[in-house]
Amino acid sequence: MSLLLEANGLVKRYGALAVVNGVDFRVAENEAVGIVGPNGAGKTSLLNLLSGAVPVSEGRIALRGAIITGQDAAWRCRHGIGRSHQVPKPFGGMTVFENLLVAATQGGGFIQHEAYDRAVDSLELCGMLSAANRSAETLGLLERKRLELARALATGPELLLLDEIGGGLTDGEALDLVEVILDLRRRGIAIVWIEHIVHILVKVVTRLVCMDAGRIIAEGDPQSVLKDPVVISAYLGSEEVV
Amino acid sequence: MFWLNQILQGILLGGYYALLAAGLSFLFGVMRVINLAHGSLAVLGAFIMMVVYQALGISPLGGLLLMLPIMALLGVALQFLIIEPSLKGGALVPLLATFGLALICDNVLFSIFGADTRSFAADIGTLSYDSWNIGSLYISKLACLVFAVALLVLGGTQLLLSRTQIGRRIRATAEDEDAARLSGVDTRLIRAATTALAMVMVGLAGAALGASGSFDPYAGGPQLLYAFEAVVIGGTGSLWGTLIGGIVLGVSQGVGGAINTHLSQIAGHVVFLIVLIARLYQGGEISAYLRRLRVRFA
Repeated sequence: MSLLLEANGLVKRYGALAVVNGVDFRVAENEAVGIVGPNGAGKTSLLNLLSGAVPVSEGRIALRGAIITGQDAAWRCRHGIGRSHQVPKPFGGMTVFENLLVAATQGGGFIQHEAYDRAVDSLELCGMLSAANRSAETLGLLERKRLELARALATGPELLLLDEIGGGLTDGEALDLVEVILDLRRRGIAIVWIEHIVHILVKVVTRLVCMDAGRIIAEGDPQSVLKDPVVISAYLGSEEVV
Repeated sequence: MFWLNQILQGILLGGYYALLAAGLSFLFGVMRVINLAHGSLAVLGAFIMMVVYQALGISPLGGLLLMLPIMALLGVALQFLIIEPSLKGGALVPLLATFGLALICDNVLFSIFGADTRSFAADIGTLSYDSWNIGSLYISKLACLVFAVALLVLGGTQLLLSRTQIGRRIRATAEDEDAARLSGVDTRLIRAATTALAMVMVGLAGAALGASGSFDPYAGGPQLLYAFEAVVIGGTGSLWGTLIGGIVLGVSQGVGGAINTHLSQIAGHVVFLIVLIARLYQGGEISAYLRRLRVRFA
């Protein structure tokens, strides 16, 4: 597998506080990487840096070898980095389908019927086709999360950054989402997934990264990372993870 | 018949207020920016139009068509040089920045053009006074034209927002700028396009002001007040509400003026205040304040 995204020496400071402090991070094509860590570990901040939502203080990010550190979120989205938020951010005044059209035409660069097809395909994949004409503000939490995923998918990403997409869902609902995410992997999309529900996460990811205090403290095969004493002490404060 | 005529004139005047308020409402609806330079920029548009058509020796309509793209470019400059940097300082800073812009705009116009009152009336032929007479009803052709332009601007904007890709991008940016960016929308460009469009509306209002009335470098203040009142009466950020707000303001002034000439402006302000207080009461602000007072004095 060739390297898709590579970040070296990433630092994000707010005043004297470094929320991401010297992180090296790589994602290969079609790879699924999970990120875990206690609250305040810097997971979402890392995702913000990778998606371009906030600028880096130090370090560099490359997509397929090309430096993209100075590019903003819209540019990165148009060049294959999609993202979902921890708290879904639908465009509430629009229908579900219109939400997808914005993403397909702007993020994906699809035009006319291509954009419609892309929107329909993404909605179908995320199980939201029947809600296409509903106003986004009437959706429940699971549907909002599905819309968030579908909207990111409509941009035609090579890499999808998922921020606690299972948060707030029941186990059954989260497992439904896992099926959708596994389907995305089968379509060749690489995934970086932050999640607190670890037993859901390990159904998808092949590599796990654990962060604490802005740094990566362990990385590798999910089961070995979860048994790593450093991870147990930092992340759980107990002896076993799963 | 007298009262019917007054109400009709008020409705037609409301068309001008709606056109004047459209840009203010649009900019607030999309970017949550209250542009206090709105009235001054409308007057600036009127001066630009006047200079263009007089210097080039063309018709006022030709001047209008050249003035609108200039206003759009000024809108882009306004966005990048004033609104965007000031938005980083919080909600209050754009208010102060656009207030400052209004002062600068008024005084620069005064230093260039002096205090003389201007009007396009002499250059638009009989349109400035032609009317259709139905019995004792007088329907000004120019007022009807302004009303029709207001309808076209508001209806066109509504269609643009609901039916076009750029409209969806504008709505997406208005709803959640971060999410729009992460959906690939270049929100800086969209905001610049929004301000440019708002400034085209401002330019049209300036042209209507110059054609149906008169203007001078300091005419911006009252225009801002009328636009603001129309927006508040109609509901902030609602385009069709802005039309209704303009009509309510125009009819109030018409009816007030019929009772006593001096009551024309005051009647408009009184209706504005009544609607404002009713809105605050409806929104719970006043009842919450009264509750706090009762608790304090209990």
